[in-house]
Amino acid sequence: MAQNYQAGVKEYRETYWMPDYAPKDTDFLACFKVIPQEGVPREEAAAAVAAESSTGTWTTVWTDLLTDLEHYKGRAYAIEDVPGNDEAFYAFIAYPIDLFEEGSVVNILTSLVGNVFGFKAVRALRLEDVRVPRAYVMTCGGPPHGIQVERDIMNKYGRPLLGCTIKPKLGLSAKNYGRAVYEVLRGGLDFSKDDENVNSQPFMRWKQRFDFVMEALHKAEAETGERKGHYLNVTAPTPEEMYKRAEYAKELGAPIIMHDYLTGGFTANTGLANWCRDNGLLLHIHRAMHAVLDRNPNHGIHFRVLAKMLRLSGGDHLHSGTVVGKLEGDREATLGWIDLMRDSYIKEDRTRGIMFDQDWGSLPGVMPVASGGIHVWHMPALVSIFGDDSVLQFGGGTLGHPWGNAAGAAANRVSLEACVQARNEGRELEKEGKEILTDAARHSPELKTAMETWKEIKFEFDTVDKLDVVHR
Amino acid sequence: MSDVQDYKSSLSDTTSRKFETFSYLPTMDAAAIRKQVEYIISKGWNPAIEHTEPENAFGYYWYMWKLPMFGETDIDRVLAEAAACHRAHPDNHVRLIGFDNYAQSKGAEMVIYRGTPV
Repeated sequence: MAQNYQAGVKEYRETYWMPDYAPKDTDFLACFKVIPQEGVPREEAAAAVAAESSTGTWTTVWTDLLTDLEHYKGRAYAIEDVPGNDEAFYAFIAYPIDLFEEGSVVNILTSLVGNVFGFKAVRALRLEDVRVPRAYVMTCGGPPHGIQVERDIMNKYGRPLLGCTIKPKLGLSAKNYGRAVYEVLRGGLDFSKDDENVNSQPFMRWKQRFDFVMEALHKAEAETGERKGHYLNVTAPTPEEMYKRAEYAKELGAPIIMHDYLTGGFTANTGLANWCRDNGLLLHIHRAMHAVLDRNPNHGIHFRVLAKMLRLSGGDHLHSGTVVGKLEGDREATLGWIDLMRDSYIKEDRTRGIMFDQDWGSLPGVMPVASGGIHVWHMPALVSIFGDDSVLQFGGGTLGHPWGNAAGAAANRVSLEACVQARNEGRELEKEGKEILTDAARHSPELKTAMETWKEIKFEFDTVDKLDVVHR
Repeated sequence: MSDVQDYKSSLSDTTSRKFETFSYLPTMDAAAIRKQVEYIISKGWNPAIEHTEPENAFGYYWYMWKLPMFGETDIDRVLAEAAACHRAHPDNHVRLIGFDNYAQSKGAEMVIYRGTPV
């Protein structure tokens, strides 16, 4: 009789390795890159990961027999070689949907990337991708508004949006900070942004920052006749404090606020996303700490998974990397997670590192934000890579203009519009970029000066985390 | 400092007012406008024309010129409607729109005749 209780340690693969299992539409699917300890067979390591991230523990317990483990257990159902890496393999695991509380990214991550990452049978482990079943997606709130609603609120169509992060990151007084905001907005940017470190330090408390920034924003709107936003960072030590700041932003008429979803945490983020949906404010999401999790190619969580978790938890913008600037980013992989952020149905595509089809149902899309080390010379490539549904977020590339922020902003805006116009005319931006910008600069002394200032700057470090297919 | 150029923009100078996409570029000539109409049609979007007094341009709703031209693929007919709108309202901003009914948004929107600032 199969139900007899036998104490002791069983091989995981007896219970959790099921190569004949056909995943159900309602299953969560996960692809882990596994480097097992020496001497541990692949099937056993994969089964161990499935067990430890679902129902299993290291030994049999009698209470296993009080439930239907066949219904609840995770199943390792496939193993594949990792191209270019003989040590590692991909383990594909299916989890029944009932293992996860509805609408809880917290619960998903606690299960999938909880204990198992410290598990002895594996030397290194990386969550490469997950497939969230549509049935579960529909239990999540997702982005408070999404791309289409943001365009309508901000009144921006037919082009990427432009932003600028105010620098120096730390140390400005609230009033001087507001000045920097005013200058970039009147010069032609759509958004300015609090840097992630700006919360409510002694040199600039949040309330004064909010007050001065909103006056700057309103004046820039009156002056330019265009709608403007500033991502007021409401990331705070406690949820209570976070909501207090969000309420004040709303009171001042701010169209958008900001949160750091990894350092702030998913409980806070999901709550704030719901608040934003209820109160009509857009939500910009920064990703401080992501590289701790996603940079090592053999251990951690791939950014495409972090991006999917954010889309479930909620945010209207998410930093995505630029491909061309100072920060990490392999082009094909970046294009893959940008699709995962914006589109409603994304097909499996190994050339972009996408391991599963993903159906987002009616969940709104997230606007990718390309930020870090970019300037006017990058514009043709950025427009070509990101397309219209994106925010191109400058910093030094606006503020470092020799004539100041407003001129820097105008240079950004002219270069963007010149690229969009040329693209619409059927011209190839990445090939004709120089000509397009040079032509536009004839009517814009601001752009001409920007092009002279930044001509020589290049960031060409090699990417650390490349797609597995290009390793060898 | 003599090299630094002042950024000319103010509340009192009505020419400082912009009107979103392409308003930081020089006015488009007929050939350039034609290419943008061609782009909208090539995307399968529905062309439309709207206009407003420049002083009311900040509002979400401008005046529709007739109805959006659903399914229109003739560039000249779209250009003719834009020109007719401009003739009827010579001091107004006239904008060209491409409604993307799949995205439930506007795929393109740009002022092609600039009104007289007041």
